[in-house]
Amino acid sequence: MLTAHSLDDIVAAVRNADAERAPLRVRGAGSKDFYGGLLAGEVLDVSAHRGIVAYEPTELYITAKCGTPLADIEATLAEKGQMLAFEPPHFGGANAGSAGATVGGCVAAGLSGPRRQQAGAVRDFVLGVKLVDGTGQVLNFGGQVMKNVAGYDVSRLIAGSLGTLGVIAEVTLKVLPKPVAESTLVFDCDAAEAIRRLNDWGGQPLPVSASFWHDGQLWLRLSGARAAVEAATGRLGGNPTVNPEKHWNSIREQTHTAFVASPLWRLAVPSTAPSPELDGLRAIEWGGAVRWYAGEVAGDHEAMRAVAARLGGHAVLYRAPESLRCLEGAFTPLPPALFALHRRLKKAFDPQGILNPGRLYAEF
Amino acid sequence: MANMAQNGNNDICIDLATLERRLRLFLPAHCLLLGEEDLRPYECDGLTAYRELPLAVCLPETEAQVIDILRTCHQLGVPVVARGAGTGLSGGAMPHAHGIVLSLARFNRILRVDPAARLAVVQPGVRNLAVSEAAAPHGLYYAPDPSSQIACTLGGNVAENSGGVHCLKYGLTVHNVLRIRVVSIEGEVFEIGSAAPDAAGYDLLALMIGSEGMLGVVTEVTVKLVPKPELAQVVMASFADVAKAGDAVAAIIAAGIIPAGLEMMDKAATAAVEPFVKAGYDMSAEAILLCESDGTPEEVAEEIARVTEVLNAAGASDIRVSQSEAERLRFWAGRKAAFPAVGRITPDYYCMDGTIPRKRLAEMLSAIAAMETKYGLRCANVFHAGDGNLHPLIMYDASQPGDWERAEAFGAEILELSVALGGSITGEHGVGIEKINQMCVQYATPEIEAFHRVKAAFDESGLLNPGKAVPSLHRCAEYGRMHVHHGDVKFPELERF
Repeated sequence: MLTAHSLDDIVAAVRNADAERAPLRVRGAGSKDFYGGLLAGEVLDVSAHRGIVAYEPTELYITAKCGTPLADIEATLAEKGQMLAFEPPHFGGANAGSAGATVGGCVAAGLSGPRRQQAGAVRDFVLGVKLVDGTGQVLNFGGQVMKNVAGYDVSRLIAGSLGTLGVIAEVTLKVLPKPVAESTLVFDCDAAEAIRRLNDWGGQPLPVSASFWHDGQLWLRLSGARAAVEAATGRLGGNPTVNPEKHWNSIREQTHTAFVASPLWRLAVPSTAPSPELDGLRAIEWGGAVRWYAGEVAGDHEAMRAVAARLGGHAVLYRAPESLRCLEGAFTPLPPALFALHRRLKKAFDPQGILNPGRLYAEF
Repeated sequence: MANMAQNGNNDICIDLATLERRLRLFLPAHCLLLGEEDLRPYECDGLTAYRELPLAVCLPETEAQVIDILRTCHQLGVPVVARGAGTGLSGGAMPHAHGIVLSLARFNRILRVDPAARLAVVQPGVRNLAVSEAAAPHGLYYAPDPSSQIACTLGGNVAENSGGVHCLKYGLTVHNVLRIRVVSIEGEVFEIGSAAPDAAGYDLLALMIGSEGMLGVVTEVTVKLVPKPELAQVVMASFADVAKAGDAVAAIIAAGIIPAGLEMMDKAATAAVEPFVKAGYDMSAEAILLCESDGTPEEVAEEIARVTEVLNAAGASDIRVSQSEAERLRFWAGRKAAFPAVGRITPDYYCMDGTIPRKRLAEMLSAIAAMETKYGLRCANVFHAGDGNLHPLIMYDASQPGDWERAEAFGAEILELSVALGGSITGEHGVGIEKINQMCVQYATPEIEAFHRVKAAFDESGLLNPGKAVPSLHRCAEYGRMHVHHGDVKFPELERF
């Protein structure tokens, strides 16, 4: 295992790997080792390259080195009443005593949490990155301002690229004020009714910031100005609940029983897609746009991919035993022309294919 | 040799007669313009200072024709400049002298509005405002609202990643487009993104949006529609000093408020606007702020009260809250008419688009005041204050020898100061041809090389909008020779010539 404490260390490790054509597996806290394709290459641990570089609450941005734990960033933001609006999961780190997900890993994986349906995804909040490409070149894209259309938007391209285009050394994220008020309502209904209601509410000016259906119960979180939350709460009915933070945290961190399964599939579909006649639906999130499946059906990867395609979306083999991960890639295969474009882009940033090979697609 | 033109890019000779013959194989006569008289309207976009006549203008009506045009141009080595309404302000749609203009003006149909899924599928030539109009019966609208929204098209919005006065709260084009259909220069069709979130693979949607027609030609766009807020109200505040107005903007954000819109105009801008629009602006103020709140009536009342409190504490000399929808629209009318209003008091104006950290605003405005003296030209400033995007309007007279050159130098200095203050040369208008030299100031060699590699991954031939958006390293070397910044010689590794 290689350990990087600084940008120079990252550059040196990548240059060396490039010279020797030896693949690297870039790792923050290792909290998402389960996610994506099979792991390959020597570990380059960047968790020691950490620290907040700049935080300007009134400019709405924070810049941090890749190894900075999300927990540190969120604690710093909370002091000024701000947050990462896309609510990224922290997941427990793989190492004992680990502080959980790092900001570099968060951007690389591109996973957003419950608030995504209202606030947007990780990529919507990426303002800039400092990237070490596959030849060890340091590249700065984007910046710290909200609007910047000079050059291609490589910063957002990096979100969700799983470290295959470069080592994210530093990242600047847009931050937002925490909502003044929140409340959570619970409704009893089946999946089809939940999908219908979520889309109906989605078309109205309601401050819905999260939704979760599981086992006959639909949970709805409202966030915003106090008056707006109170008015919506009164209008929507449902049952109020105590200690909702704990509930939403269990969804964000996937400690809720709905997610405790392997294999576990995440189907991203148009929010209005009907709920198919299929056993194994464990949860619905994001206003109907994400459906989680587990159980017997989840063992049949061809069926899961086919269902997602039929509904106009795509399926991710989210968590799975190694035996299945060997057989089936995590992500939906791309049409040939699009796949060829992916390979050319990969080559543009990592010509020898040394960064996280196979993590996104087995072929690169 | 007659009718032969040299392609500046790769020295291929283009035989116009061959190009015409090939295009006529699949393009009906009314879809192809050739004579100078017909080409003249296409010689520039909204940035009229840069003009060029193309070899031909193609106005395809079907995607199959777009594919055939691109394949033909690829085979013959002819540059292609895609064009929407031509309202862009950076010369991104300025033709190539040895290329064709590919106008998407006839792709003007809204294919589908799906109110349940809150999305619309439109062709790229559909006007921005037309999408919101089509969605209005369902209580929905398309959020990005560039000031040219009655004319500019969705295809152009995608190319430029357009913003507007509401993007602080509702985002830019990149935050509001779900899917695009793209044709590559080789005539291959790609579907990028979908109505489902987080498409598989790289986020090519983010890469394509704002790529200024350099990577592909968009033939279909799926946009997100959002519920129309029940109510919107505007607070208008006057300040006796621009620095105080800038601080007030920071104070609003610090109070945890993200207004639907937060705009500033300086005295030169209000003086130009008021006689024209009669918006009721305070003519004695050095700067005015417009702060919009939207949502439920209860929410708006709560936010307006908080904003008013913050503005008072920040030293506003006068505060007015719009009391009716008509008054709200009148407050905005002045801001939205700022460009034409300035156009009334000067023969020509040159609009800049730098972004800066908001806290550097006072510094920037005093530097601009000094530049007015230096270049002998006046400048009015309108500012998307919420997101730090400044639009200085430099006034000049193109008929006066040397005026345009001074305006151009004035603008370049503003952009370069934007970078030095920690910002960007362009917030929403794009680089185009206009800011191509300033790209060399914002980025160093490794990033520019990376941009060229990205371009080549999509368009190895370099035929899509050549010479725009990303400068060649030699161009940067030339520019760097003339402009040495902070004592650093950029591109030291390149030969000087």
